[in-house]
Amino acid sequence: MFVQMRPNDHIRELFPTLSRKVYGKDLVYFDNAATSQRPQTVIDEWNRISSESNANIHRAVHRLADEATQAYEQARDAVKDFLNAEAREEIIFTSGTTAAVNLVAFCFGEAFVKEGDEVVVTEAEHHSNIVPWQMMCRRKGAILKVLPIDDSGHLRVEMLDDILTERTKIMAVTHISNVLGIINPVKDIIEKCHSKGIPVLVDGAQGAVHCKVDVRDLGCDFYVFSGHKLYAATGTGVLYGKREWLDRMPPYMGGGEMVGTVSFEETTYAPLPMKYEAGTQNFASAATLKPALELVNLLSDNKLEDYNNKIRDYLLEYFLSDERIRLFGVPRGTSEEKIPLFSFVVEGVHHEDLALILDKMGIAVRSGQMCAEPLMDRFGVTGMLRASLAPYNTMEEAEYFVKCLNRAIDMLI
Amino acid sequence: MNLKEAENAIVEEFSMYEEWLDKYEYLIELGKSLKDYPESAKTDDKLIKGCQSRVWLDHKIEDGKVVFNADSDAIITKGIISLLIGLYSERTPQEILSSDFSVVEKIGLKENLSPTRANGLVSMIAKIREVAKSNM
Repeated sequence: MFVQMRPNDHIRELFPTLSRKVYGKDLVYFDNAATSQRPQTVIDEWNRISSESNANIHRAVHRLADEATQAYEQARDAVKDFLNAEAREEIIFTSGTTAAVNLVAFCFGEAFVKEGDEVVVTEAEHHSNIVPWQMMCRRKGAILKVLPIDDSGHLRVEMLDDILTERTKIMAVTHISNVLGIINPVKDIIEKCHSKGIPVLVDGAQGAVHCKVDVRDLGCDFYVFSGHKLYAATGTGVLYGKREWLDRMPPYMGGGEMVGTVSFEETTYAPLPMKYEAGTQNFASAATLKPALELVNLLSDNKLEDYNNKIRDYLLEYFLSDERIRLFGVPRGTSEEKIPLFSFVVEGVHHEDLALILDKMGIAVRSGQMCAEPLMDRFGVTGMLRASLAPYNTMEEAEYFVKCLNRAIDMLI
Repeated sequence: MNLKEAENAIVEEFSMYEEWLDKYEYLIELGKSLKDYPESAKTDDKLIKGCQSRVWLDHKIEDGKVVFNADSDAIITKGIISLLIGLYSERTPQEILSSDFSVVEKIGLKENLSPTRANGLVSMIAKIREVAKSNM
């Protein structure tokens, strides 16, 4: 029998998890916005370091330490190229997006925020880009202000003029909300903030996965993302920060490797990036960012992108045409402003029931508040269901998902 | 039917369904059959902790027997609590406490629920036992 090749068959083959079955059915993994699957190259790199080059990085002069250090630092170079950062010193490894935001919120707060100052976030943020700022504002006696969204899920950028004041010290905004899946006009926001001398942190947890990120073109002061949503191992994250800020902020954690000289009276700190990488780093996982980013390069292919867009458009049309479904994050212009991430509720049906039934049909989706309670409140729901796709997902999977969702809704209504 | 017999009957009933989707259909039907639960009884003290969806469990004592009533905003969870009520409501506290509640393992409910849901199930059972104990 002649089997038509899909434009992403060669990509799927790289991911061992994708060929497994759950409850005897082919796995349909639509929870990529939470964690993406790992290609064999990532798994191999982690295993290689663990089985061959396991030694603490940066410290010793022996062979194993040198190999581990090289793998770790090569990953930093790969991230620098991926983001088109100016210097490798601007790339700080963290345990994830959350850790990166906490680092900036704390250290920036210590250096620059005083009582009565203001910090701006948006209504579309993940808890990770709200709570660290809230904690800093509490500590400093500063005020947290919120840029709202409209009913379609777009940031009300026109309100920025009123929200930004001479007391605004920093703005934090998500590149793409993990609930709404709309690509925000972060470049415009950064320009607007910069015209008032306000630095901007961009939460790229979803953005780094779905957009070509060029931090110099964007002009952002900080860009943060997680490795585990970008095909790398868990416990990996990146903080890109402009050197002018990182140099002027105090260290986050004190400890080994982040120091110049230490005495009981006085300690000097190591230069960037080590200043922010205290203690033994998660080097085996961080090293997997290199093969993960090599995979990202492989994904940049017109035929594959067309195919992925076709799947996105198919699902978008389905979600907008079924009257029982309410989709959150609806494009105003073309579907190009939407990533293949669909959060929705079905009238009269609990999101958890749907997720449970879909699970038994082999489909993995997310259900609940998605770490964005303010957004749930904004739309007056207790939770949502979210299907988020990666470039390795297929049209057949999307069609199967639609069929199963319809069946699940029929069971529940 | 005494409690032991009722528990065995449920295990038998469940074993008829091979597919998990059929078991869900059964639970959904059970959930729908649960008698109305008054809005006024949806208070925090009746809310069971550890459930992702909300579950309220109320009870009263009639002729020395515990009578349960419950509700949930999710229908499968409602089916599960309905199943538990079907077994343990209108029993004496002694009867309830004589059960080892292994029925939930025997029908495969526990292992087939996500950990958060399994926690919810454990919380539901704990609450039923707690009510029985305090009415001994």
